[in-house]
Amino acid sequence: MSTVLYDAAGPRARNRYRLYGLLTTLAVVAVLAYVVWKFYDTGQFSGRKWSIFQYEQVQRTLLSGLGNTLKAAATGAVLALAFGVLFAFARLSDRAWVRVPAGLVVELFRALPVVVMIFLIYYGTLANAGSASTFWSVVIALTIYNGSVLAEVFRAGIAAVPRGQSEAAYAIGLRKSQVLRMILLPQAVRAMLPAIISQLVVLLKDTALGFLITYRELLTEARQLASYGEFEFPTIPVAIVVGAIYIVICLALSLVATWLERRNRERGRRRTADRNVQMGAGEPDAGA
Amino acid sequence: MRMRRMAVLAIAGALALSACGKDSEEEDAGAAPAPSAATGVTLEGSPTFDKMTSRGSVVIGVKEDQPNLGYKDPTTGEYSGFDISVAKYIASKLGFGEDKIEFKAVPSANRETAIQGGQIDYYVGTYSITDKRKEQVSFAGPYFIAGQDLLVRKDDNSITGPDTLDGKTVCSVTGSTPLQRIRDEYKGAKTIEFQKYSQCVDQMLSGQVDAITTDDAILLGYAAQQPDELKVVGKPFSEEKYGVGLPKDDKVLRDKVNDVIEEMETSGEWQRIYDATLGQSGSTATPPPLERY
Amino acid sequence: MLETLTDNWDLFVEAFRTTVLLLIVSGAISLVAGTLLGAMRVSPVPALRTAGTAYVTLLRNTPLTFVFFFVAFGFPRLDIRFSYFAFAVVALSAYTSAFVCEAVRSGINTVHVGQAEAARAIGMTFGQTLTQVVLPQALRAAVPPVMSVIIALAKNTTIASGFGVMEAGAIGATLNERGYPAFDAMIWVAVGFVIVVLPLSLTQRRLERAVVRSR
Repeated sequence: MSTVLYDAAGPRARNRYRLYGLLTTLAVVAVLAYVVWKFYDTGQFSGRKWSIFQYEQVQRTLLSGLGNTLKAAATGAVLALAFGVLFAFARLSDRAWVRVPAGLVVELFRALPVVVMIFLIYYGTLANAGSASTFWSVVIALTIYNGSVLAEVFRAGIAAVPRGQSEAAYAIGLRKSQVLRMILLPQAVRAMLPAIISQLVVLLKDTALGFLITYRELLTEARQLASYGEFEFPTIPVAIVVGAIYIVICLALSLVATWLERRNRERGRRRTADRNVQMGAGEPDAGA
Repeated sequence: MRMRRMAVLAIAGALALSACGKDSEEEDAGAAPAPSAATGVTLEGSPTFDKMTSRGSVVIGVKEDQPNLGYKDPTTGEYSGFDISVAKYIASKLGFGEDKIEFKAVPSANRETAIQGGQIDYYVGTYSITDKRKEQVSFAGPYFIAGQDLLVRKDDNSITGPDTLDGKTVCSVTGSTPLQRIRDEYKGAKTIEFQKYSQCVDQMLSGQVDAITTDDAILLGYAAQQPDELKVVGKPFSEEKYGVGLPKDDKVLRDKVNDVIEEMETSGEWQRIYDATLGQSGSTATPPPLERY
Repeated sequence: MLETLTDNWDLFVEAFRTTVLLLIVSGAISLVAGTLLGAMRVSPVPALRTAGTAYVTLLRNTPLTFVFFFVAFGFPRLDIRFSYFAFAVVALSAYTSAFVCEAVRSGINTVHVGQAEAARAIGMTFGQTLTQVVLPQALRAAVPPVMSVIIALAKNTTIASGFGVMEAGAIGATLNERGYPAFDAMIWVAVGFVIVVLPLSLTQRRLERAVVRSR
């Protein structure tokens, strides 16, 4: 797409681009060098700081943090998908008493910060019911927020399926629920898969909010390790290691989304692409 | 275990430093003599105790970032300190040996919720007894008297007490009484909240805050840990009575824990625990009188 | 329930003022930085494209909470010292600009190919094509997704409460400390957020319709 913005470069332009390229590279190298120098200057490469990772207990702590992160993300993902499908169907219902409340719920939950929801569930349920753990506070908050976003994604996906599909389905005598379930949803999911996966990346990233109620996920453990005085407060080493872990996991998921998106687009080109399908997925990626 | 360790190394990537996990450094400082568990303890009419017995273990809420008080060693995962020893002693008298104790780190702001929600059976972690808190939980004790003080950088002579805090940034943990007092009574000070004291210490050593305020017992623990960088001002300006936090309606358990604390104080066990932990900083203390209710 | 709000009205006002301030400052910075990043990503210079893509990919795949952690706890360790409010602005802007960039880029993609081709045909350079022909149209199409990003930013400001900034997300803990039920406090915070976010959502919807009509 970007190629239409400029002509193939002529000799003068090519030189100019080369100069800009060089300047950019220099700028990037300068920034990186500054960062490394800053790390070095403030003693971030000292052996004592990094030695914290040598301890088996510390490794186990990080690993259990990662396990808790993935556990919350996996549970939340499954529940959010179910929530999303349910509320997407509810919003497409013919009955106003189903459609309207479902719409309100989805709109409300999308307007609230996940942080506020986590606190609400944590303080609310713990004080009254007495058994919900930090794990469930995080999972439920992630479920209702991301589930609401996914409900909109599913709805947009269903709306983008060509009309003829549902008309044909009704014509062969399928009921509305069957049309939704057997004809529209599968097509919508395929078209929306990239958007769905990027929302799941958002969900995974948001598990880091668990630190607010001390759910012992990866970042909570990292913050704890970073403040140990015996290791000269290894904030930067811990941040580098934990940041790398987060980026690798999220990037892997994101790459799947990008790959699916490209495959969809190629298929779409072969058929007749409905641009609105891509446009409708505006909301995702908006989380923390 | 080996597989796990390799997985961590693979994920972290940057850990090329070593291929073997150290177990821990030899360090047994702060360990008090381990009490042996009482047998045949029964408490008629205590729902919390019933829960402990049916579970077969006791879950105790503690702090994990207060050296010499409630501290979790990052390299061994072991808890140690004055509060920990008190918690262990109480557990032993309730019939739970060290292997039947599960420590759970709960930060100040979440203490009431954790006790009310039954996530923990009781809480021992610099928990000041106040009337407001008594509306939500109940207290056995006090088992220790502390006073609010200030921790500053060693080379900082401008702060000599709470009256000299004008324009300074004071750090404490979210949901703690000391910070509220600074806000109410010394309005010239800027206040910053974090979830843990260790984060305040981190921020002070890196120059973002000027002083940390909380009970002297906690501050002395940090000063002892980094004597070249930190010092305690040493003019306590309040009195904090540390109690054992319990579910509000469990009077039976509260009376029992009060009995245990009394026994601990009269038998000399209290002094032994103190000397092995906080006493290492050179300070002395005597057990406070109980306030039963 | 109500007295939790009325007794602490000052706190609520003060905290939400900080929230809105965080939103406005970080929002403005993110819009500018994000548009620049978007321009980098469609530029003819490969190095600029790579740098832009690398930044966006990195930031989009990092939890915002982690960015906060790195800035608020990491920077002081590197002898970089600002107020916690400034740290929060840095973290929010660094993160949000990556999302603004993607929204702007999606806007650029909606501009018809013929527009850019016509601009080039009359001899415009890349810079002229972008700033005078493509971006004005692209930004209009990008408004709804950018608004989504800004709404997300409004909600994300609450994370600053964990990193030394007294804003709306911190009200619960503060009132808990004052002895009010934290749950009631959070209900009022939620109401406050609906009030902050609702106008943004309504504007977004109106603009969305306007964009669709203008096509």
